[in-house]
Amino acid sequence: MPSPKPRLRAALATGAALFVLAGAARADEQHFPLQSYRVGPYAAGGTGFFGGFIDYLNLINTRDGGVNGVKLTWSEGETQYEVERGVEVYERLKSRPGIAAWNPLSVGIAYAMIDRITKDKVPLITINHGRTDSTDGRVFPYVFPLLLNPYSETSGIVEYLGSREGGLDKLKGKTIAVLYHGSPYGKETIPIYELLAKKHGFTVEQIEVPHPGNEQQSQWLTIRRLKPDYVVLRGWGVMNPVALKTAQKTGFPANRIVGNVWSNSEEDVIPAGEAAKGYVAITTQASGAEYPVLKDIIKTVYDGNAGNLADKKRIGSVYHNLGIVNGILNVEAVRAAQAKFGQRTLTGDEVRWGFEHLRLDEARVAALGAKGLFHSIAVTCANHEGDGRVTFQQWDGAKWSVVSDWIAPDWATLRPIIEASSATYAKEHGITPRNCAAEEAATHAAATP
Amino acid sequence: MATTSAPLAKAPPRPSARGIGVALLLVIAYGIVPLIGTSYLYEAILTPFLALSLAALGLNLLTGYAGQLSLGSSAFMAVGAYAAFNLSLRLPFLPLPVTIVLAGLVAAFAGLVAGLPALRLRGFYLAVSTLAVQFFVAWLLNRVGWLSNDSPSGIISAPPLVVAGLSFEDARGRYLFSLTVVALLTVLAWRLVTSPTGRNFVAVRDNETAARVIGVKVARTKLLAFALSSFVVGVAGVLWAFAYLRTVEPAGFNLDRSFQILFIVIIGGLGTLRGAFLGAGLIVVLPLLLSRFGAAVLGDGFDSGTLEMCQRIALGILIVAFLIREPAGLSALLDRAARRLRRRS
Amino acid sequence: MNPDLAFLVEVLVGGLLSGVMYALVAIGFVLIYKTSGVLNFAQGAMLLFAALTFVSLTERGVPFAGAFAATLGVMALLGLAIERAVLRPLVNQPPITLFMATLGVAYVIEGAAQLAWGTQVHGLDLGIDDTPIDIAGILVSRFDLFAAAVAGLMVAVLSLFFRYTRTGLAFRAVADDPLAALNTGLRLPRIWAAVWIASGIVALVAGLLWGARLGVQFSLSLVVLKALPVLVLGGFDSILGAIVAGLIVGAVEKLSEVYLGPVIGSGIEGWIAYVAALGFLLLKPSGLFGLRSVERV
Repeated sequence: MPSPKPRLRAALATGAALFVLAGAARADEQHFPLQSYRVGPYAAGGTGFFGGFIDYLNLINTRDGGVNGVKLTWSEGETQYEVERGVEVYERLKSRPGIAAWNPLSVGIAYAMIDRITKDKVPLITINHGRTDSTDGRVFPYVFPLLLNPYSETSGIVEYLGSREGGLDKLKGKTIAVLYHGSPYGKETIPIYELLAKKHGFTVEQIEVPHPGNEQQSQWLTIRRLKPDYVVLRGWGVMNPVALKTAQKTGFPANRIVGNVWSNSEEDVIPAGEAAKGYVAITTQASGAEYPVLKDIIKTVYDGNAGNLADKKRIGSVYHNLGIVNGILNVEAVRAAQAKFGQRTLTGDEVRWGFEHLRLDEARVAALGAKGLFHSIAVTCANHEGDGRVTFQQWDGAKWSVVSDWIAPDWATLRPIIEASSATYAKEHGITPRNCAAEEAATHAAATP
Repeated sequence: MATTSAPLAKAPPRPSARGIGVALLLVIAYGIVPLIGTSYLYEAILTPFLALSLAALGLNLLTGYAGQLSLGSSAFMAVGAYAAFNLSLRLPFLPLPVTIVLAGLVAAFAGLVAGLPALRLRGFYLAVSTLAVQFFVAWLLNRVGWLSNDSPSGIISAPPLVVAGLSFEDARGRYLFSLTVVALLTVLAWRLVTSPTGRNFVAVRDNETAARVIGVKVARTKLLAFALSSFVVGVAGVLWAFAYLRTVEPAGFNLDRSFQILFIVIIGGLGTLRGAFLGAGLIVVLPLLLSRFGAAVLGDGFDSGTLEMCQRIALGILIVAFLIREPAGLSALLDRAARRLRRRS
Repeated sequence: MNPDLAFLVEVLVGGLLSGVMYALVAIGFVLIYKTSGVLNFAQGAMLLFAALTFVSLTERGVPFAGAFAATLGVMALLGLAIERAVLRPLVNQPPITLFMATLGVAYVIEGAAQLAWGTQVHGLDLGIDDTPIDIAGILVSRFDLFAAAVAGLMVAVLSLFFRYTRTGLAFRAVADDPLAALNTGLRLPRIWAAVWIASGIVALVAGLLWGARLGVQFSLSLVVLKALPVLVLGGFDSILGAIVAGLIVGAVEKLSEVYLGPVIGSGIEGWIAYVAALGFLLLKPSGLFGLRSVERV
């Protein structure tokens, strides 16, 4: 049994540190309330993601003394991935001073918060997930599906399959089966796969797996009869390892299965054992601990016994690295906002401005010690996703290794669909979309005295 | 001495005492809470408490009074919520109260259909068969895009709470809106259980054959119990979706929610109306108290996962201990406490 | 063979083999229900606990046999503890109260399992190669065959136990008529204890087989949902019923998903088994092997 002591000691140490900080002169602080989930069916993802996020915030505090001297603080509320617990935690923590942003990593909780955070004027970060049409910042000023929304993910996977075939035009006549989780999340990309199938001339068969997905014999027998060239796994939780196991049972090769962003972690493949060898999955952030920022975290945070992961073997895992990238994006947004509004505790609305001016090109990413960890991001007022690139990783039975370049999804094709959807939302809710150009001009005018 | 003095008193003291209690509660709920409450109290405690109380009240009509065990309550909540959403979307001219009543009727119809197996099955067989409803409704809502207005994500957001030009949009308004709906339905439920129909329910629960002998139409009574119960549960679903979460996804109405409602009914006391409120109070507030207590004892930075697991264990132990100590529920506990008080005075 | 026919056979065989896995979970319910009249919802949590304990021990270098023996001991103790601490004080309470108590127990076990062993997911390799065997063009899973053999063995052992041992005979007497059994001087508590221990062991076997299929993680406790329609169809009180109903449910589920799914929409596996079981009961209220139709009107 992994002794809980290091974790406990670390927690107490951070607690004590925070206490001392709070007692001393009440320096400027920026707060991150965390609706974490460390128990329940999705605990493995929750501990990794929130662990990575906290580790990065810790690194910034310990190594740099905060962001320009502004300390980063956080508090956790357990949600077990349940929406109403997420709401409870929101209501409980929302009055804390200096909240920078909310990062729930749960589609359901994020949806329940959209109204609330818009009213309270605090950014809501849904990295790699969330409402696709919230990419349109003109209608959703406070929601940021950073790096990748579900539509871009779909397009990224199709682009990758094209590159495996030697060009998108080679997809013509191919058959792709999509195995999706029987939930709103799973169904969200159905029209996009159909659209892209029409555009590129391949056949797509979409098959539903009922929640939780612990039995997939019939779906895979159907796939066996279809004889598709590729199977895309749009899974969640236990559905992923079972899919891989059942694929093996029905003789479908793992290297022709491509997982989406919620089917790409160690937790999804380890339970499948041998059956997962060769399986490929999309990701926005590479795994592994060889990046300078991770080395810093190990040196500064874990060697000081303040690491958040109980099991050090999980450092550099998919969810841990996602948490770290999420930390980088949040911290850099605060930094961007500080450059405009001053080096002090910012309001949520000011941090929102920071997110809308979050521009990290490859050089800046390298300077942050994350070269190769993720590609780049360029968020604007109108584009809250920020044109994140994706890459593909293959499982060799022990670890993920990157097997593709950084691929750019076909944003131009997707944008009109997103705008149509956000326009419907705006109409339903009586929202007048923002005029981004005018806002930009106004801030420039204000900046130049 | 109480026994000798009781016949002398003209008005029996107990009902009036109860009446005073209810009146007092209403005064507090309408008069005092809105003045002193915080947004956290309304949004995180009182509104979900009211919605769950109402759902438990509905299930209690079925399980506590009519003796039919159901594990599919949250499916009827889902039916109510989605019906209300579609009604307000497609018939926007309907006033909100009408929408809510119609949504309740849709849920009642679903309950009627779901109750058909009750004509042939009893006990756990019936309970497990209600699971068919639970999973079928979830599948249907997920499958038929029209029901969620073809929203690509399948998640719907609730319309604003406005009745006759009066907006209930802020936290306090949502609380007052829920309170009013719950109070009205509780009065109706009270009228029901004290009516001949209510007595038929109890007759069917206690002994079906005997009920049939005294002329109760057993099949009709069972189906009626399913329909009425589902009506109330459906309206609870509307409150859950419109007043509390303001967004609905099918996954929110899962089996865990059904169990939660059943827990409330059992812990509160089967076959008592106030049991639903007592039980909901315990189930909603207890985990929050446990987590606050844990956080206070162990500090803010303590690993929230470990804390949560300890809470889960504590909650399980409390439930078991409670069932052992007081199988008849909080309501019986309250009665006993009241008797003791009365004896002392 | 005609490819369509071969496909049908393949689906059918797959369904039957899945059905064995459902029956394996259902048997745990039957044991308890037969003697105590409780639908033990903690069965899923026990399954999770068993698999998690076993896999955590093997990951710490305990050899297979040692880990198995240790887990067996733990599960027997757990079953005994539940019986002592929860069921015995609640004797003579209505079934619904008992049912709720088992839900409370499930909370405790789930919390304790995760507290003790963490929330990580684990792979569980029982050392059975899961590449399919090709029988006349039909793929059959080696692992599923193995699971079916284990389930058969377990049923055989249980049957022998009930037929030829004193405790087994007493068990049957209690199941048939608790009052009469009590009158003849049988010690009910001892039998309850024995049954709870047995159900702990069944949970271990089912937990290992399901754990090898799904990986050992929280969702393992959800497999009980697959067992419930089996119970409705086969009867809560018949081991043979659980096996036969398991086979039927597995086959119906797969056939309808494959052939009915394209017509009314895929993903129907979640509820079709319940509807099928219900439909059958409405036609034949005594169930498959229902000896006593107490709970069915």
